Parts: sequence; structure tokens; C-alpha cells
Amino acid sequence: MALLQIAEPGMALAPHERKVAIGIDLGTTNSLVAVVRDALPKVLTNAAGQALFPSVIRYLPDGRTQGGFEALAHVIEDPKNTIVSVKRFMGRGLNDFTQHDFPYALIDEPGMVKLRTVAGDKSPVEVSAEILARLRQLAEDSVQDEIVGAVITVPAYFDDAQRQATKDAAKLAGLHVLRLLNEPTAAAIAYGLDNASEGIYAVYDLGGGTFDISILRMSKGVFEVLSTGGDSALGGDDFDRLIYMWMIQETQLSSLEPQDQRALLSAAKRAKEELSEVTEISIELKLMNGQPISMVLTRDQFERLTKPLVDKTMVSVRKALRDAQLQVGDVKGVVMVGGATRMAHVQASVGAFFKTQPLNNLDPDQVVALGAAMQADLLAGNQSKNNEWLLLDVIPLSLGLETMGGLVEKIIPRNTPIPVARAQDFTTFKDGQTGLALHIVQGEREVVDACRSLGRFELKGIPPMVAGAARIRVTFQVDADGLLSVHAIEQSSGVQASIEIKPSYGLSDAEIARMLQDGFQAAGDDMRARALREEQVEARRLLEAVGAALQEDGDLLTDVERALIRKEMALLQTLLESETNSDVLRKAIEKAAKTTDPFAEKRMNASIQRALTGKNVAEI
Amino acid sequence: MANLSASDNYFTFFGLTPRFVFDTSALDQAYLAIQKEVHPDRHASGSDTEQRLAMQMATYANGAYRTLKDPIARGLYLCQLHGIEANLETNTAMPVQFLMKQMEWREALDDHADDLEALERLAAEVEQSRHDSLLELTDAFEQSAYGQAVDILRGLLFINKFAIELDDAIAQLV
Repeated sequence: MALLQIAEPGMALAPHERKVAIGIDLGTTNSLVAVVRDALPKVLTNAAGQALFPSVIRYLPDGRTQGGFEALAHVIEDPKNTIVSVKRFMGRGLNDFTQHDFPYALIDEPGMVKLRTVAGDKSPVEVSAEILARLRQLAEDSVQDEIVGAVITVPAYFDDAQRQATKDAAKLAGLHVLRLLNEPTAAAIAYGLDNASEGIYAVYDLGGGTFDISILRMSKGVFEVLSTGGDSALGGDDFDRLIYMWMIQETQLSSLEPQDQRALLSAAKRAKEELSEVTEISIELKLMNGQPISMVLTRDQFERLTKPLVDKTMVSVRKALRDAQLQVGDVKGVVMVGGATRMAHVQASVGAFFKTQPLNNLDPDQVVALGAAMQADLLAGNQSKNNEWLLLDVIPLSLGLETMGGLVEKIIPRNTPIPVARAQDFTTFKDGQTGLALHIVQGEREVVDACRSLGRFELKGIPPMVAGAARIRVTFQVDADGLLSVHAIEQSSGVQASIEIKPSYGLSDAEIARMLQDGFQAAGDDMRARALREEQVEARRLLEAVGAALQEDGDLLTDVERALIRKEMALLQTLLESETNSDVLRKAIEKAAKTTDPFAEKRMNASIQRALTGKNVAEI
Repeated sequence: MANLSASDNYFTFFGLTPRFVFDTSALDQAYLAIQKEVHPDRHASGSDTEQRLAMQMATYANGAYRTLKDPIARGLYLCQLHGIEANLETNTAMPVQFLMKQMEWREALDDHADDLEALERLAAEVEQSRHDSLLELTDAFEQSAYGQAVDILRGLLFINKFAIELDDAIAQLV
């Protein structure tokens, strides 16, 4: 790729002031980790010089795990315990899968499936955490510095459950998540900054297991996502599967051993990849029972076989363009992302639709990780003000509530810019009613059953009143990670209704704590030491943030206020150096943070005034 | 919520005068200028409070921008600022002539659900009607006739709702 001109000479921070933050592309098939060094994003490689880390984890009987290539080597011999494409299971229940020909035993758990392995039942969150922990290790070995946080990419079309599961996995892997970033948006950042692009661009991202299409407007350091669409269960894997099914049909095989299933799938994958280069390929392998398989697949056959999948992606493309209220002619270029876009008929279909040659000048396997690393560097505060860019992203799927008769009332429509909040008022329909049940769903269909259930919330403690008198305001807040939280208050009495959350997905904090504990026991690590370390990082984060704020905007405070904050910070600094009890340190952080709250508000308001009085308008 | 007293409404939040007809490029600029300051990405290394405030302010900016950008939402908001509520849930009374037109459109949509040309003709008619209503609305606001404006706005909501259904029907055919 071309050189990225991000920091001007002398504008970049001195090396010792730079904080290292990493970008992780947690892919279905492969994962990558990248970091910005000397103003350039670089994908990190292992000792053998490999950048792609296969997203594969193998569980051994003693509870130990293998990952990446080491695990991949056992995928055929030990298919049940070697988990591939775990991303497909993130935030998904058993009834989400229509095909059940996975070589794993899937356990139906409320909200999310588990995978039965020789080391016990594993949540997809735990498996993903194993992958993330290895990437973190790779980064730590490579940068030789403390990693302050990570940007982790997710498919733009991931729903709330899938995003939450990803964030839980990162937490479990000991990563401080700076942001969940949409994969096509990450690619747009890498591409846009690299080429100083201006105008409307489409990003077509076909990965191993997911498909995204995003339409963005890029102008003068602003990346504005206009619409996004896709299918979080459509990717290169599905092309493999169609070849696999064709192989079974052609050879009239039935009741395959798990090892044979895996061997055939691997052969299918290889055939697909090679057909991007050659027009015909022969598939040769031997089954467990000694039966040899030998067949020929031409590119023409392959393209006919998989055309319905490509067509399916093009339906999403048309829909996204329509959502953005744009015509094909408005789109200046199409950035291709994901290994699966190497397929010739994918390139041809996209090119024909947009009437332009797709842009392939960045490595489709690496571009997402590179963009994530750039965003991580920005979020860690390493860019000087003049070089900062602004990213405005959207929520991919509508959020709604179940109403009478199993219908959905949309609260926040898809493609609304985030962060966003919407309030909805409810009332009681019976005299003396003290509770109210809400069912939150995500999706575009009008019936509840066709949408994803995100959670059932029960409001309790509404003061008894006559029917219709209560005014319960429920606020839905979607943050910059695309994650939803819900708050409720009874307005006529001012009573904050208690919210009982019954999540239909995700892990409770208790579950995460248990998994952490298990992990530490396996690793022989000390839970308390880690808790203390985490609070120390938190204390340092606060001290640095407040220190920087005082330097920038200290004049917003009176002398008395400033002195109070300084005193509180000095106290925290002393505790940070001496305290060994994480609880004491946490309480001190909370107290110190509280002292600075009014200052933070003053700064925020002042910054808005500054923005409007033109000091920064000139930069736009 | 951060203190927004410096800006008691969406217009002043963006440094604009509360008017129906205004310079939308000034709105776009002010929106970007504010997001460049308050967006959570700008405060990702800040304290928890700073991050929470950033989310609240960016949320507010997004809500304000969306309201002012869309003429119908902007009109309803402007009426509200002048103490005229639209009462959309309770007040559904519309002039007979308007309702007849709506029924006519709905029948046309039902009768020609798979006739692309007919639907596109209908879409052009709906768009013209929307355009005319917006001109009327502009006049009403210029004369500070907020009661009249609210009636036109309620009509526009009907027209918009139908336009979306029609658009969906057309999308099925192309």
C-alpha cells in the first residue's frame, strides 16, 4: 500500500508520550492485529512472519488450549474439539441455525449456544476470548509496551446480541475496549486516509462468515456512514458449503464421519480459493474408510452453483443504496474488503452493478485491521488536533418494542446516526397496576417472531394509581459501540421505577467473573493481582485525563475549585503508589472522579461554545 | 445531562435563529463543528464522567440535527416552541377533501400494485402534493400562523406515510 501521510513532521507526539492501542480484526476465518507506529499502521506478524492468525481454538482434555495454525493442524483429526468459525455462533441460539451439519455438539442454552468439547461446554464468547488473548499476547511481544486499549471490529450488520458477545469476549481476554468499530467503516478509514478520498464510496465486505455493504460520504476528515446493510450469516463459508454439498451429491455419500465432513469442507474451501486463479481444479482425497474421492470442478460450474449467494449480496447492495437515497451514478468508487471478494464472479457482479472497476489496491485481508489500528491510535489520543478525523456511524438494524398482538413498534429506525436516544411514554391499563413488561426486539420485520429478541424488561415499583394515570418514560440509548441500554422512570410521581433486566442473550457479570476465575486457575495467575492492576490502570487513566484537562481548560475553574481538584488528584497519586487493596483504590478513584465531574461538564459546554464561535469552524 | 441552559432550544444549540426557512449549510457546519468537539471518539481516553457526558452531548446533537434537518420535524418543533402542540395521537381530524384524496391514492396503490408505470405516475403526483404543502407551510410560518402550520404538518405526515408505502411497493417491482 502507499505511504500514509497522517502526522506532519513535528506534529506527532514524542515517542514516550504515545500510548499504544491496537486494532483487532476478529474474523470468522482469520484474525489480525495491527498497530500504528511512526505514523504508519502495520499488521503484526508472528515469529514465522505470518500476519493471518487462523480463528481456530482446539481444546485438549487437560483444559489447555491451542490456537491459530497450531490448532488448525488438528482440524481434521480432532474436529469436535477444534472450533473453527466460532464467530457464527456469537450471540446466537440453537434455533438460529437451520442447517445442523456442524461437526460440533451444540448445546442449547438460553440466549446463546454452547459447544461441547473434551474440556467441557464452551460459550462462543470464551472461544473468542481465547483468540483475542493470543492476539493481545502477539501485540505485547511485538510492541514491548503497555497496551492501553483496543479497537475491535465487528460486522456492520451485527445486532446488539452479537456486539455484546464480542465486547464480553474482549473483557474476558483482558482487553480494554476503546470502541467496537464496524468492519466496512474501518476499511473506509484505511482506504480514505490512504487515498485522501472525497465523495461517496461503497464498501463491499464479504468475509468468511458475514457480508456487509456500507455507503459512506468522505469529506475533509469526516467519514459519514449514510446507510449500511448486509447479512451476518452469509460469507465465504457458504460458498464452501455449496461445493461441499455438490461433492456429496455427486459422489452420493451419506452419513459421513465428522473427520470426513471436515476433510470435505477443507477440500471445498481450497477448491474455491484456487478457482480465483485457475479455471478448473481437481479434488482428490481419501475418506476414513479408505474410499478415494476424485472429482473435477470448473470455475463455470462453481459460479453457477454459487450465483444465488452473489445475487443475495446484490439485493442488500440495492437496499443500502435506496436507504441512502442515492443512485448508482452517485457512487464514486467501491472498496472491496474480505478474502471472499477475490472470487471472480463477485468482482464481476459488483463491477457491473456500480458500472466501475472495484477498488482492490489495499489487501482485502488486511484493510480492516489497518483501519482499526488507525482508529485505535486516534482514540488513544495520539493524533494532534489538526490531524483528527471524525467518524459518524449508524445503527444497522431497527430497534423496536413488542405491542399488542405480537406486532413491532419501531423506536429507533435502522441507519440512524449513533449515539442516539429515544424516549417512549407508557401508561398502565389497570387500576393499581405496579408493574409493566417490555419486550425489546431488533430487526426490520413487522412481527415479533421474525425479529431478534434482545431482552425482556420488567418495570416494577410503579406507585398504585388509576388506570392510565401513570406516565412511564422509557429511554432507549444506543452508544457509540452500537450497544443498547434501557432506563425507565415514572414521571407523575417522580419515582424511578426499578428495572429488572432479563437478558435473552449475553453474559451476566457473575458469569464473566466465574470465567475469569476459571481462566486464572488454569493459567496459575492471581485474580487479586489482576484486579489491583486493573484499578491501577484506571487510576492512571483518570490522573492523566484530569491532568490534560487542567492544562487545557484550567482557566474555566475558580482558584478554589482548581485547588480542590489538585488536592484530590495528589491524594489519588499517593494511593496509586502505595495501596495494595484494589477495593480501597477503586473507592478512591470513584471519589476523585466525583470531584472532577462538574469540571468535565464545564469543559463540555465550553467546547460547544468554542465550536460555534468559529474558533474551529474554520477547520471544517 | 450536561448543562444545556446556554442553548434553550435546538436552533440556538447550533447558533441559529429559530426560523422555518434557514440556511441548511450553516446547520451542517455547526453540527460537524459540535460533533468534532463532543463525539465520544474525542473523549475515549477521558474519565468515565467525560465519556458519559460526551455520549449525552453527541446524542443531543444528533437528535437536534435530525429534527432541524427534516422540514416536517422542524416545523412541528417550531410550532411546539410557540406553544402549539400537534397532538398527533388524539387529533386525527382532517378536511374531507384531503381524506378523499388519500382514499383515492390508496385505491390507486391497491389497484396497480404490479403496474410500475402507474405507481411511478402516482409517486409523481404524491411528490407534487408534498411540494405544494411545503410551500403552503413556508407561507404559514412566514406569517407566524402556527395554528395553520400545524394543520398543514399533520397533512404532510399522512402524505409522507403514504409516500413510504408507495416507495416500498415500487421497490418490490424494480
